[in-house]
Amino acid sequence: MGLTGLEIYKQLPKKNCGECGTPTCLAFAMALAAGKGALETCPYVTDEARENLASASAPPIKAIKFGNESVLGDETVLFRHDKTFYHPTTLLIKVSDKLTDSEIEAKVQEIEGLEFDRVGLHYSIDGIAVVNESSDQDRFSQVVEKVASATSRSLMVLSENPDALKAAVPGIASRKPLIGPATFENYEAVVNFAKEQKVPVILKADGLDALNELVESAQKLGYKEFVLDPGSRSTSQTLANLTHLRRLAIKKKYRPFGYPVIAFTGKNEPLDEIAEASVYVAKYASAIVLKTSIKAHILPLMALRQNLYTDPQKPIQVEPTLHVIGDVNENSPVYVTTNFSLTYYSVEGEVESSKIPSYILPIDTDGTSVLTAYAAGKFEPEKIADALAASGVAEKVNHRNLIIPGAVAVISGKLQEKSSWKVVVGPRESSGIISFVRTMQG
Amino acid sequence: MPITLVKEKYQSKVGQVIIGATPDQGGTRTKVIVAGGDSALPFLHFEGKVENRPVIAMEVTDIIPPWNDVIKEQFGDVLDNPIAWAKKCVEEYNADMIYLKLIGANPDGENRSPEDCARIVKEVLGAVGVPLVVVGCEDSDKDNEVMAAVAEAAAGENLLIGLAEQDNYKSITAAAMVHKHNVIARSPLDINICKQLNILISEMGLPLNRIVIDPMIGGLGYGIEYAYSIMERARLGALANDKMLSMPMICTVGYEANRAKEANALAEEFPGWGELQDRSILWETLTATALLQVGASILLMRNPAAVRLVQQNIADLMEANA
Repeated sequence: MGLTGLEIYKQLPKKNCGECGTPTCLAFAMALAAGKGALETCPYVTDEARENLASASAPPIKAIKFGNESVLGDETVLFRHDKTFYHPTTLLIKVSDKLTDSEIEAKVQEIEGLEFDRVGLHYSIDGIAVVNESSDQDRFSQVVEKVASATSRSLMVLSENPDALKAAVPGIASRKPLIGPATFENYEAVVNFAKEQKVPVILKADGLDALNELVESAQKLGYKEFVLDPGSRSTSQTLANLTHLRRLAIKKKYRPFGYPVIAFTGKNEPLDEIAEASVYVAKYASAIVLKTSIKAHILPLMALRQNLYTDPQKPIQVEPTLHVIGDVNENSPVYVTTNFSLTYYSVEGEVESSKIPSYILPIDTDGTSVLTAYAAGKFEPEKIADALAASGVAEKVNHRNLIIPGAVAVISGKLQEKSSWKVVVGPRESSGIISFVRTMQG
Repeated sequence: MPITLVKEKYQSKVGQVIIGATPDQGGTRTKVIVAGGDSALPFLHFEGKVENRPVIAMEVTDIIPPWNDVIKEQFGDVLDNPIAWAKKCVEEYNADMIYLKLIGANPDGENRSPEDCARIVKEVLGAVGVPLVVVGCEDSDKDNEVMAAVAEAAAGENLLIGLAEQDNYKSITAAAMVHKHNVIARSPLDINICKQLNILISEMGLPLNRIVIDPMIGGLGYGIEYAYSIMERARLGALANDKMLSMPMICTVGYEANRAKEANALAEEFPGWGELQDRSILWETLTATALLQVGASILLMRNPAAVRLVQQNIADLMEANA
């Protein structure tokens, strides 16, 4: 995140000595802002200014890494269309130490099963947050150990009692758990302990003013591996807090808030909880701690997360090779579409539902949809004919019928000529495939 | 030291569209719906007024719809009766509006006559007091006839009627102008076509406060992110005083979300996805809650259980925040 030339100029010695190679301090500042000079060439800049300028060139939100490759923060925009969101919201499931051993086993087993495959993508839950709700610190240690031994996912260890953290964390410190929360009451003990164990720590205060004060106090302990919790548990207030924190960090480069933010759901009814969590996935939470761990609840939330964190510049693509749906034979129909994953899987889903084993050939259109590719000259008859020949499907079927999307009916003549396959114009929408193949067969 | 929060100052706000008319306004509705009007990003009460809360219109069709059992079972035996069905949506599920889809008009299906369609609209108007959204069967020639008849029969009710599209907007716009209804302008996930269509419609003389944008959303898992970003840009455009993007936005949540395999496949078929019941409800719910975050004003929904969750989400988000 660069500063403007004027902001840099304010920090310079204003001697206009020219020793940096530029005639004036202002010109030097402009050069720095444009990334054309180095601060080191100025011999008179103060240490304080040097530090200010260095921290200003740091990313607006620090990346905090913990557990099994979980990365929080390191975001640069408020709207995904401005660039992209980089690090998908880390989702963790809460496990309370109030549960019995067998309940914990069952819960962890359920969490371990939160792995999903859909439309060629794999989603898996990121981790488990063990929460000290019993006031028993021995029990807490036991549960942390038990959970740690049952999963290799990222761990979060939460207790407001520093002694409970001190007992539970060292045994798993090598797994780099995210610990906390450090509050006004315990922050010296908790932050110092986190520093000693080299693990990141959650700073929790009620509201942004208090959080600001807590961050500044905690930074004085010489540690900066923080994750922020503004304390709110209602949907509306959490949305506001997440927005304020992200805006201050990015638009104002406000350093005390230049850390990732964690959200805890307030709702207890699982379906309401997922609806609540969907707001935080959309709006800037770097991590969310959930209570429900039921597959049917987690899958939709993970789909939303994957969707919103997709890079708008780089559409997700499938391999442009011949795909086989079901138990194909020499009479199976052959469809052609593009390798834009959304397009491909819309077709695949419908072909699958038709219950007729088929071949689908996605053409490499750099991940663009049928009409976009056609308009850009990436879905031309020559190209399709070449891909068809290269796919080897001709040896697999004994017919020569190729089904093309209805929206590009106009290419059928030319394609027929180039490929010497009989081109059949399919429905405009993939949702019409089922009735289309029925009429074809009937 | 207290933090100075970043509160955006916008030049303009989202336009307002009034749907429905009470008896003293020439209609028979017991209440009207006002969509839009916000002077802030969605639910950021701290920087501007969230003038009107988003509303939910529940979908009613004139023939029994091919929906999955998770949804159908909740309606019991009203699905073959649009009147009883609409009443149930309003009385039991607190729908803010009824979204009447005249699928029966389709020439390849029941091929119901425009007069018949108009009669059904009148019957539903007689059965419920909420405002109505009415669309045709997606056969453009037939829809032009059907919507002209509906617009005439329901003159004074200030319906929201659709769909006006880039290559077919004239006759529906004319019907809305003559009989004083509002129009849904639908564009295929393209902010430029969206803008262009609004210009074409307003050039015919329909005021901007009678147009609602349908950005043709994708459902969860199937392109929702495109709609999400287009709607976010449209909302930012409205706040920056782009008049041709300032209309409230309507989203076909029920239709899109329930097209997804994830909203229909039984657990026996896809054990990895968990039970269908909750999965199906949440698929529609999250399609709606995500789009609420980028400025949806009217949600067209199906599943009563999803409607309940989204109503709660809206109520939660309408609480003041700082």
